[in-house]
Amino acid sequence: MSHKAKFGKMRRIIAMSKKEARQMMRDPSSIALGIVLPLLLILLFGYGLSLDAHHVPVAVVMEDHSPSAQSVFGAFAGSRYFQPRAVNSMVQANRLLTAGTVDGIIRMRHNFSRNLRAGHANIQFTTNSIDANRARLIENYASGVVSGWLAQRELTHGQQYYQPVTIQQQIWFNRSMDSRYFLVPGLLVLIMTLIGALMTALVVAREWERGTFESLFATPVQPGEIVISKIIPYFCLGMVGLAVAVTAARILFQVPIRGSLPVLILVSALYLLVALGMGLLISTRTKNQFIASQAALLLTFLPAMMLSGFIFDIRSMPPAIQAITYVLPARYFVALLQTLFLAGDIWSVILPNAAVLVLMAIIFLGLTRRLTVKRLA
Amino acid sequence: MNILLRILALIRKELIAIFKDPRSRFVVLGPPILQMIIFGYAGTFDLNHVPYVLVDQSHSSESARFISRMNGSGIFTCVGSAGNIQLARPILDSRRTLLIIQIPQHFQRDLSTGRQAQVQVIADGRNSNTAALAIGYLNEILNEFNADFLSSHSGGTPPPAVLHIRSWFNPDLLSRWQIVPAMIGLITMLAVMILTAMSVAREREQGTFDQLLVTPFTPLEIMAGKSIPPILVGLGQSAVIFFIVRYWFQVPYYGTAAAIILIFVIFIFAAAGLGLLVSSISSTMQQALLGTFVLVMPCALLSGLATPVSNMPKAVQDITLINPLRYDVQAAREAFLQGADVHQLLPELIPMAIIAVVSLLTASWLFRRIH
Amino acid sequence: MDSSAPGSDVIIHCRDLHKSFPDGRGGITAALAGVSLEVRRGLMVALVGPDGAGKTTLIRLIMGLMPTDTGDVTVLGNNIIQHPHAAESDVSYMPQKFGLYEDLTVQENLDLYADLHGVSAADRKTRYPELFAMTNLGRFTKRLAGRLSGGMKQKLGLACALVQSPQLLILDEPTVGVDPVSRQELWAILLNLVKTRSLTLLISTPYLEEAEYCNHAVVMYQGRILTEGSPQDVANHARGRTFRITTPPAIKPRQLVATLLESSLIADAVPEGGDVRLVLKADAPGVAGIPEAVNAVEIKPQLSDGFMVLLRQAVAKTQTAGIASAVNGPSAHSRSESGGTPTVQAATISGQSAAHAPINATTNGEKPVVQVHDLVRRFGDFIAVNHVNFDIRKGEIFGLLGPNGAGKSTTFRMLCGLLPLTSGTLRVAGYDLRHARASARQAVGYVAQKFSLYSQLSVQENLAFFASAYGLRGIRRKQRVQWAIAEFDLANLLSNITGGIPDGFKRRLAMACALLHEPAILFLDEPTSGVDPLARREFWQRITAMADQGVTVVVTTHFMEEAEYCDRMVIMMNGRVLAGGTPTEIRTLAMTPDKRDATIEDAFIHVVMEEQKAGLKASAAA
Repeated sequence: MSHKAKFGKMRRIIAMSKKEARQMMRDPSSIALGIVLPLLLILLFGYGLSLDAHHVPVAVVMEDHSPSAQSVFGAFAGSRYFQPRAVNSMVQANRLLTAGTVDGIIRMRHNFSRNLRAGHANIQFTTNSIDANRARLIENYASGVVSGWLAQRELTHGQQYYQPVTIQQQIWFNRSMDSRYFLVPGLLVLIMTLIGALMTALVVAREWERGTFESLFATPVQPGEIVISKIIPYFCLGMVGLAVAVTAARILFQVPIRGSLPVLILVSALYLLVALGMGLLISTRTKNQFIASQAALLLTFLPAMMLSGFIFDIRSMPPAIQAITYVLPARYFVALLQTLFLAGDIWSVILPNAAVLVLMAIIFLGLTRRLTVKRLA
Repeated sequence: MNILLRILALIRKELIAIFKDPRSRFVVLGPPILQMIIFGYAGTFDLNHVPYVLVDQSHSSESARFISRMNGSGIFTCVGSAGNIQLARPILDSRRTLLIIQIPQHFQRDLSTGRQAQVQVIADGRNSNTAALAIGYLNEILNEFNADFLSSHSGGTPPPAVLHIRSWFNPDLLSRWQIVPAMIGLITMLAVMILTAMSVAREREQGTFDQLLVTPFTPLEIMAGKSIPPILVGLGQSAVIFFIVRYWFQVPYYGTAAAIILIFVIFIFAAAGLGLLVSSISSTMQQALLGTFVLVMPCALLSGLATPVSNMPKAVQDITLINPLRYDVQAAREAFLQGADVHQLLPELIPMAIIAVVSLLTASWLFRRIH
Repeated sequence: MDSSAPGSDVIIHCRDLHKSFPDGRGGITAALAGVSLEVRRGLMVALVGPDGAGKTTLIRLIMGLMPTDTGDVTVLGNNIIQHPHAAESDVSYMPQKFGLYEDLTVQENLDLYADLHGVSAADRKTRYPELFAMTNLGRFTKRLAGRLSGGMKQKLGLACALVQSPQLLILDEPTVGVDPVSRQELWAILLNLVKTRSLTLLISTPYLEEAEYCNHAVVMYQGRILTEGSPQDVANHARGRTFRITTPPAIKPRQLVATLLESSLIADAVPEGGDVRLVLKADAPGVAGIPEAVNAVEIKPQLSDGFMVLLRQAVAKTQTAGIASAVNGPSAHSRSESGGTPTVQAATISGQSAAHAPINATTNGEKPVVQVHDLVRRFGDFIAVNHVNFDIRKGEIFGLLGPNGAGKSTTFRMLCGLLPLTSGTLRVAGYDLRHARASARQAVGYVAQKFSLYSQLSVQENLAFFASAYGLRGIRRKQRVQWAIAEFDLANLLSNITGGIPDGFKRRLAMACALLHEPAILFLDEPTSGVDPLARREFWQRITAMADQGVTVVVTTHFMEEAEYCDRMVIMMNGRVLAGGTPTEIRTLAMTPDKRDATIEDAFIHVVMEEQKAGLKASAAA
């Protein structure tokens, strides 16, 4: 390519990208999708959503008022997970549980202290498990409180209780088991998909709808240049979104970033390219903003939310659904994000997942490039 | 009389428009059912498959007994073994396993001498919810192991008290039972809002809206004509999805028929009201679609569908009070699993009805103001 | 490439081009059916023909924007079939609707195209001032293109096409949706360009009369070239067959036109300057056989007259080939019912005699059906309608004329009750429709520009829906639906999905739906835009018949010549009424001692010029 031709190419790409950026900033729907919604998501995920329960209200039915029963009550009251309140009868407690006012009932039967002395006491704990996940969590917390109470009792009574096997557990990467640690990194998937796929799904279709492609096609601009200049501004916006989300994660929500920042930026850029490729491909195929936005929602955003492993672990899904997730780029990005944020630069995760993303970027962008021809109809 | 006939004509026209075109007929039924089935399977917190790497340094009959009990649970699958934890670490790092279970060298000796034996468990906390669940399952297995051991061996004082847990309404703690009934609301909300918002926007885009406005239709009649067909479609969808939930996913339904019908009806009115609100401020179908999306998104996140409302900070919990989906999710769970009747559902039904009335009134006010 | 090839002064060469598109009903329609064309260097070539003639498809094939089915295209010596983009650096193109980015400013649009065409900074320094001087856009460089008027958009589109200096300039319908003054200015710019630069120009237009500016006219119809040659050559097809008939005092020109069009000898009849312009078919022996044409005077034919002669020939040919098309006039049945008695309403005619009556004058002491007084509509700080006054009488055809953006649509929407007024008063059949009870709307029928039908519903279902919407029931409902089906020839289409029927029938169905409830006033928004000339004649014939039955018709149009069909009209621009009255009164405005045969368009241009002069004076005084 001659120097002059190269210069013309650069100039055309710059001019087109500038045009695209201006359009982006002047369009209220792109402001809503590209700025308002991501910020809303950051705030919601950072402050609003959590799978961890705190101060769970529980009713305590004290049928036994002995000091040992009182000490069980004290153990629950002292835990940050529970907020026990004494009620008079099981009937009342059941009513509160059914109404959802309390999430559990602790019942200390009248023979508790007698049985305790005999070595076979029961602490009865009932949960309302219409929210099963929360119920399971609460039950685990309760087990923890009772273990603590027993340990305390060993000390005060100078007794060793025999449990043949105990578990000594370590949770790597998220010692305090804070669900925010995996929800906030997952948020990046949503933001990148929003900016990368949903916004760009509109941009090619818009040119078709408004008839501007026709005059563009009559100029020396090359199809590849059109694609590149549509990528550049949205790529930049996506990276700004990344910066904001990562900063918010780190500073506002104190999520650790144990991997290296350059790698995080690199794989995010990679996913952004894949998302851009999907959005542009949808837009190029449909040539209609309405159909494009519908397709982008159904094909990119909803799967990124439900099937990427970001909230619901892929391991829990039946094999057929798991098979579907393999064609979703979001799946690979979530794996990368959770590793890079919480675990570190683990190349055995980074390399294969990044390789799939590279492949997908090539496929989607390549198809977009192929489908972009300077032809109408 | 005339008014009724005119509204009927509008409703008939809308329904023909929705159901005549095979594509839009599919859009009304296809995606919701597909979403229900795919996301119904995907939306679960339960683990039925926990891969672990075994670091068995004991190589004893007791450790074998422990391992076989784990493998026999049907949940735990051994995906590899390693000499020590350091060697097992890369397998966990690369996400090929969720747990590393180390049985120490003196496991058997400790057990036989009546000392407390320890099993070390390391969990991948990148998804802390999954990790907590896996450890929870392991604890259950361990408790059974201990109980068995104590019954066949003597020695030591067992703990004088145990926690005896009962889970009401969902004894096996299946998270699918919690998520799937709640998804009926989300899916129909999306469909009803999109249909309502779009049917007005489509007429605006095609210019037929002006035609409607110059006919003797009053704005209220138009609103009724525009919202009733999506409401009917939404009710139909709810019914179909209800049966999918009940008979495909086998979620038990303990509530009264009146309860579930009332939940669906009131909630769908609220959704139609929100759809009309979106439609009154959007002039193209695309704006209507994106507007619906921007509204449904936070509604879904703040509904308690995936993360419980009670885990949210107080201020955020207050915001959820205006979210109809929050009430629908709660009410559906109560009706399905708890067998709630209409009276018990009033705390959810009343706010939902208020939201429906307010959104419909606001939409009609906006409608008149704009036209 | 090979500009030295023989015949190098042939800039565009097309040979036997064919191009078809799927018609959305499983079949295909031929957009081009064997078009061959040569354009020589330095010429100004007009591609004329009604919408759907194939002009745009031909241009897109020449631009290499679409593949051809068969045939060859060579542009500046480049084979466009094999190398679609080979000529692009020497060709500039402005598509329909100007191809501008509406969310970019004037300057940003210009810069974008300059960058894309690789115009150097030095060249820009000389080119930009030139372009700004030519287009008068210099003051608006920072304005968003979307906020320019139609005329200014058109000029910006042209400027963007001219940032490079092309050998060939192709403009697709640059004058559509633009006011007559801007159209005139554009032609002046183009004529000057061709003169000063060695430029070849191919320009398409649905306005036949614009071809007269060019050296060469190519007349297209239904994918074929009907004829080509100098504008005079085309006009000559009607030589000796074009006449002017003075309208008898008892009837209106449009009524005479309706009667004349009944005759199988006549290719065309249109009202013109209070008289009727008549064109005989090619095979007609003469005016002798036409009783209404006794006083006919032969006049010089225009390009459009020649076109109509050719068009009738072409239609006759397709008809004998057994292909009935939607282009045909109304059925014989409806003709005899409606157009036959032109003299009945003669007594109500009054405008002609009172040449300078004010627009609001009420004759015969009858109360006007529509009263508009001091009407104002603002959008933010933009005044779309600025203190507008007029009255409309019963049984009148009243025209709201003006270019896009003049405020006629806004006025129209307020009349129909679709938009609230900012101030002023407005009465339609005694009501403000916006606040009127449902019953008041029974008096009104409305046909929107994009025939507002439910495209997913069948023809029958549309009729049924609108019948219910207007509360028709029982016997009357049955009768009216039957009437509509018969009157508009819809019997064969009843179960077809409306989205799939030809545009001509969509237009009929829209009219049928608006007339089901027998409204006293019919509002028609741009009913003839995008309509082929034959269908336009049919439309006006129908409207004339309705007015004769006492229906008041309010119509907007940007075709100035259609004003001749109206009894009275207002001409609007920039939100204000520039002139109002009968066609004769309007024409008088532009008449000077040396120009006696002014058209409505002349009058429009005249008033706008006066207006601008007055504006300049006012600003100078201030």
